[in-house]
Amino acid sequence: MATRTLARPNWIGGSFAVAWLLIILLPVYLMVRAALESRAAYTSGGPLAPPTEFTLENFGLSFELGFGHYLLNAAIITVGTVAIVLVLVPPLAYAIVRSRSRGVKTVFRLLLIGLAIPAQVVVIPLYYLINSIGLYDSLLGVILPTAAFVIPLTTLILTGSMREINNELYEAISMDGAGPIRTFFTLVVPLSRGGIATIIVYSALNAWNGFLLPLILTRSPEVMVATVGLSSFRQQYSVNIPGLMSAVILTIIPIFVVYLFARRSLVAGLMGVGGK
Amino acid sequence: MSRVVTREHVQTRSAASFEERGDIRRTGGPRLTGRPGFLWSVPAVLYFSVFALLPLVFAVYLSFTKYNGIRVAPPVFVGTANWERLFSDPGIAQSIGVTLALVVLAVVTQIPLGVLTGVWAAGRQRWRAVVVALYFIPLLMSTAAVSVLWGSLLDPNFGLPAALPWLFGDGNLLGRQWSAIAVIVFIYLWGASPLYTLIFQGAARGIPAVLYQAAQIDGAGRARQFFSITLPQLRNTIVTTTILIVVGTFTAFDIILILTRGGPSNGTAILPFYMYQQAFISFDLGYGSVIALVLVVLCAIVSLVMVRLTGYDKMDSSQEGI
Repeated sequence: MATRTLARPNWIGGSFAVAWLLIILLPVYLMVRAALESRAAYTSGGPLAPPTEFTLENFGLSFELGFGHYLLNAAIITVGTVAIVLVLVPPLAYAIVRSRSRGVKTVFRLLLIGLAIPAQVVVIPLYYLINSIGLYDSLLGVILPTAAFVIPLTTLILTGSMREINNELYEAISMDGAGPIRTFFTLVVPLSRGGIATIIVYSALNAWNGFLLPLILTRSPEVMVATVGLSSFRQQYSVNIPGLMSAVILTIIPIFVVYLFARRSLVAGLMGVGGK
Repeated sequence: MSRVVTREHVQTRSAASFEERGDIRRTGGPRLTGRPGFLWSVPAVLYFSVFALLPLVFAVYLSFTKYNGIRVAPPVFVGTANWERLFSDPGIAQSIGVTLALVVLAVVTQIPLGVLTGVWAAGRQRWRAVVVALYFIPLLMSTAAVSVLWGSLLDPNFGLPAALPWLFGDGNLLGRQWSAIAVIVFIYLWGASPLYTLIFQGAARGIPAVLYQAAQIDGAGRARQFFSITLPQLRNTIVTTTILIVVGTFTAFDIILILTRGGPSNGTAILPFYMYQQAFISFDLGYGSVIALVLVVLCAIVSLVMVRLTGYDKMDSSQEGI
């Protein structure tokens, strides 16, 4: 399937690609270097100086300022969101792919509209809603809407993967006399493991990186999440660049670990953002 | 299929109902049983409605009230005052201008970058795969992390501007409207680029190789092939991606909140940020709801266009009915 069969190397494309690679990697390198440098060394050497020392004191400072607690809150929100998505989305995707009901088709169109309504747009009424049911300033109050806003896209991703299941398998299992429940648990779920892994990764990424909902729906430091913590660190310590960079790195490490172990699911999930 | 509308409750297991639904194309095949009913979609739909659709209803209600967001002081009905304000608010006009500028700049930077890197990444050489894996790094970071990273790098006193004055001048990038917008567009590009690289990589790999072979036989050079085959073949992807970028510009909200807080003098306050400002800084949630509803309508229009242009709503499996 080679789309490019010319023997001549593509110099223009290649040099552009390498230039962009540098633009991606340089800030990442500067970030890591700054985070491992003491504040005094950073201030005297500036952002571009070669690495001169190796210290973890910035990370220690971040933890002292409560960043560990913010990371824990983000982890709780992530786990809660994934749990809700796992309970709600697979049955919905199954219904969309296999049901003959007109109602389900309407639901699917509704979700497509929902896909284009970002959480940013409904934060005010959400604040009112969460406030009215007494969940303001609680982790649960962040988890519930976060999970709701990943439903449209995760459903779309999972329906794509469930459609790949061969029709003959459905026929075989129904000849065995299986109803929808048995079909779902013995055929659909095992065969869409890849899609389910993708929606886990995607919803986890969304919950972990979410910023606006926790910003608006919480107030106290006890329930602050890592992204909002970063923003408030920047306001308070914008001159302590090594400290800020270490906090940024702390928020990336968990996702980086996921990336190493589940690269395929992560890429598939993010490609799902674009649709095909 | 229109007569099926009233038949939702018919047991899907009965062969008769399938035949009535014109589902017997598969002549001689076994009967299809065990299809899930509408009930399977109910939990997710209810949940989604409570947290995504019900708020829309609340937004309509709040837009007719004065509400400062305090729990002990419930919203007070004020009629159409908030809506009238919408049409006389100079802040809205400015905000629409900033939003349009950001959207246009985002599209004209992200599409060309996505096409170039994506088409290049579609090649099968091993080192290209390594480069693409590295391209991916910004996507692992939250928008907040990307914003704090670049905010620190561009700090006028401790960042790159101090080290490279010949490039950055006085370094006060966020202090002037157009340089602030340029910084936001760049950070948005940096953070979102891997996504569009992936999308165009997938699309470019889908272009039939035979087209390129034919072009080569005709003696077309690389540039000619790119403009006469690759670009036209990517047309649909470009349309979809453009819409994604337009809607995605709302996520630039995070960048703006962290880096500029809408400044200088609201010069970077795109509509979602202006809404946030009215609601949670000026504590006027009623007027904020009016802006929110304007945004909902805009989003719905974009979404409908997307569904029409991409055929997303054709939901039946390609496996079915074979």
